[in-house]
Amino acid sequence: MSLPNAPAVDVRGVGKRYRLGQLHGGYQLLTETIAQRLRAIGQGREKPAEFWALRDVAFDVAQGETFGIVGHNGAGKSTLLKILSRVTPPTTGEVRLRGRVGALLEVGTGFHPELTGRENVYLNGAVLGMRRVEISRKFDEIVEFAEVRQFIDTPVKRYSSGMYLRLAFAVAAHLEPEILIVDEVLSVGDLAFQEKCLGRMERVAGEGRTVVFVSHNLPAVQKLCARALLLSKGRQVVVGPTRDVISEYVRSVRRDTATRLDDRADRQGSGRLRFRDVAFESAGARVDSPATGQDFEIVLGYETRDGRRPRNVNVAVSVSTILGELMLHLSTDTTGTIFRELPASGELRCSIPRCPLPAGQYTLNVWADAGGEVLDWVQHACELTVREGDFYGSGRGQPASHQAVLVDHEWSLSDGAQEPREDASTLASPGLGP
Amino acid sequence: MIRVAQQPAHLVGDGAHELRIVPPGRWGRFDLRELWTSRELLYFMAKREIQIRYKQSFFGVAWAVLQPLALTGLFTLFFGSKISTGGVPYPVFALAGLAPWIFVSAATSQGALSLVGDANLLSKVYFPRLVLPVAKTISLLLDLAIALVVLFVFGAAYGVSVGADALAIPGFLLLAVATALGLGTFLAAVNVKYRDVAVVIPLLVMIWLFATPVIYSGTAVGGWAQYVYAINPMVSVIGGIRWAYLGTAAPSGLGIAVSVATALVFLVGGIQYFRRTEAFFADFV
Repeated sequence: MSLPNAPAVDVRGVGKRYRLGQLHGGYQLLTETIAQRLRAIGQGREKPAEFWALRDVAFDVAQGETFGIVGHNGAGKSTLLKILSRVTPPTTGEVRLRGRVGALLEVGTGFHPELTGRENVYLNGAVLGMRRVEISRKFDEIVEFAEVRQFIDTPVKRYSSGMYLRLAFAVAAHLEPEILIVDEVLSVGDLAFQEKCLGRMERVAGEGRTVVFVSHNLPAVQKLCARALLLSKGRQVVVGPTRDVISEYVRSVRRDTATRLDDRADRQGSGRLRFRDVAFESAGARVDSPATGQDFEIVLGYETRDGRRPRNVNVAVSVSTILGELMLHLSTDTTGTIFRELPASGELRCSIPRCPLPAGQYTLNVWADAGGEVLDWVQHACELTVREGDFYGSGRGQPASHQAVLVDHEWSLSDGAQEPREDASTLASPGLGP
Repeated sequence: MIRVAQQPAHLVGDGAHELRIVPPGRWGRFDLRELWTSRELLYFMAKREIQIRYKQSFFGVAWAVLQPLALTGLFTLFFGSKISTGGVPYPVFALAGLAPWIFVSAATSQGALSLVGDANLLSKVYFPRLVLPVAKTISLLLDLAIALVVLFVFGAAYGVSVGADALAIPGFLLLAVATALGLGTFLAAVNVKYRDVAVVIPLLVMIWLFATPVIYSGTAVGGWAQYVYAINPMVSVIGGIRWAYLGTAAPSGLGIAVSVATALVFLVGGIQYFRRTEAFFADFV
């Protein structure tokens, strides 16, 4: 028996060690392993390189609390999530979960294209730990929620991707464990459906269930969680009220962006090409901070190792708010540009006509790959401050709180009756008249 | 206290569902209770296997009938006149060997791929990992049942009369299931870590076929050699079914004991190895 007020989730000194090379599909070949062992007999044992993906993590979550886990990519969030959901065991420490656990690391896990919607609902429900009677009881509700009633006996391979996702979400959303562990799965799908899912999650949390929510979408964490944990490079930086966690997160982003890009060691990729600096230019001159509505260029200075010329290079820059909300993804992949062969060093330029971002502070992630090989990837490579500007040339300001991005638009009035106006009533409802 | 009272009773942690997650020990626990708790998942996974197999093949369920029949025809064509069967018509003789052989060889080779084939499930959700190879074997039991029905219809057509000895058939089938489960779980676990194992499995199954009296009769092996021969449990499975159903020479009790011992070693050893390594499957796939 545990105490009635014992925490629902109790994590003590949890760590996870991987052997290098084991992170992504670390399988081996038996023949190779035997050959290595034979060779090792003569030479003494060589210790394999190791890497702690998670180290000394400790926190607890009270019964009925909604708790957030945040951090940048590679901070150890998904490793922690996999330990909490028992997909992989910890190397050190202990976790206690008091209550029936349901974990959602992905929606539609176990969905098979050949099976019908109905068959997949039962299969997926069982995979997520639901009992058969429970699925039967909720079946109509799930189908209603997913809005796929007429296709429920059609193989899901004939579904549109929207329908597929909706059905997968619907099953997941009807999982009702005492402790729910969720990854950012709720951040896909169309907006209306997303709202529906978030609404359902809030309801679940309101019913006194314990929720552990893993995300790098800080506004969502802010909205759902009172307390949170910030992970960075496998270590826990801070646990406490979400507000404190978020300000620490922002401070850590600032520390990253304040470091010269050339000096940053926390980058991923082969390093065959390295970004050295990021600058902004407008009308051929360097600018510190472009204004909303101003044409500007992002200039990525790079160099290559050994002076070798990388071929077929893809470059991408993503622009996020300081809280990690993705605003723009600018990539050669989407524009169809290919850098067939790059000189040993130079500058890559991305030109953005009329900056669509409202005034504020943003961070840039930079990425380059060549034929599947990641060359260089730096998160929070630099900060971008956008000054207030006149996007529409109307002489009026744009309140930043009202929008995420600005787009060109025009207003006009068309007459519903297609005839010369005769009375004022048509004016009152433009375009909506019978 | 008020906070607790506001919550529905079943949501209050009372220690009934406490779960401890700790680093795995050196040895896995030979504990099948978890598999029993997940019997519904086992049912749905086995059902999925069957549905996909029949939906994806052109002949559908007919495949389970056609495969043993086609092989029987082929074997009869090439070996029918050359093999001594103790007076039993060769087609029935061959089919009685093929039905359990097709099951065990398929369960072994498909079982070996069961974890790798569902890598996504392993890395995204927890469930007792044994569900995957066990569901594969269970799903193939349906094909075995169909093959046996074909055998009995075929036998009746050839005028085989069934005696009381036929009651021993389920016992020999159980031996086949134990063999298939043991090898399937063991190879599935090995294959997660060492991906080149899958490549040699078809070759090993082929060698195993020749060491098993499917095409030929095993009764020619006598003396102490028959006990060495019986280390292959399929020798007793097929020899036993032919004796029980077709009245060929009875396998020796000691030979059956040797086969049962090997099958148990496969089953216990396979599951033990599986349980010992399963914690790390998600790190390898």
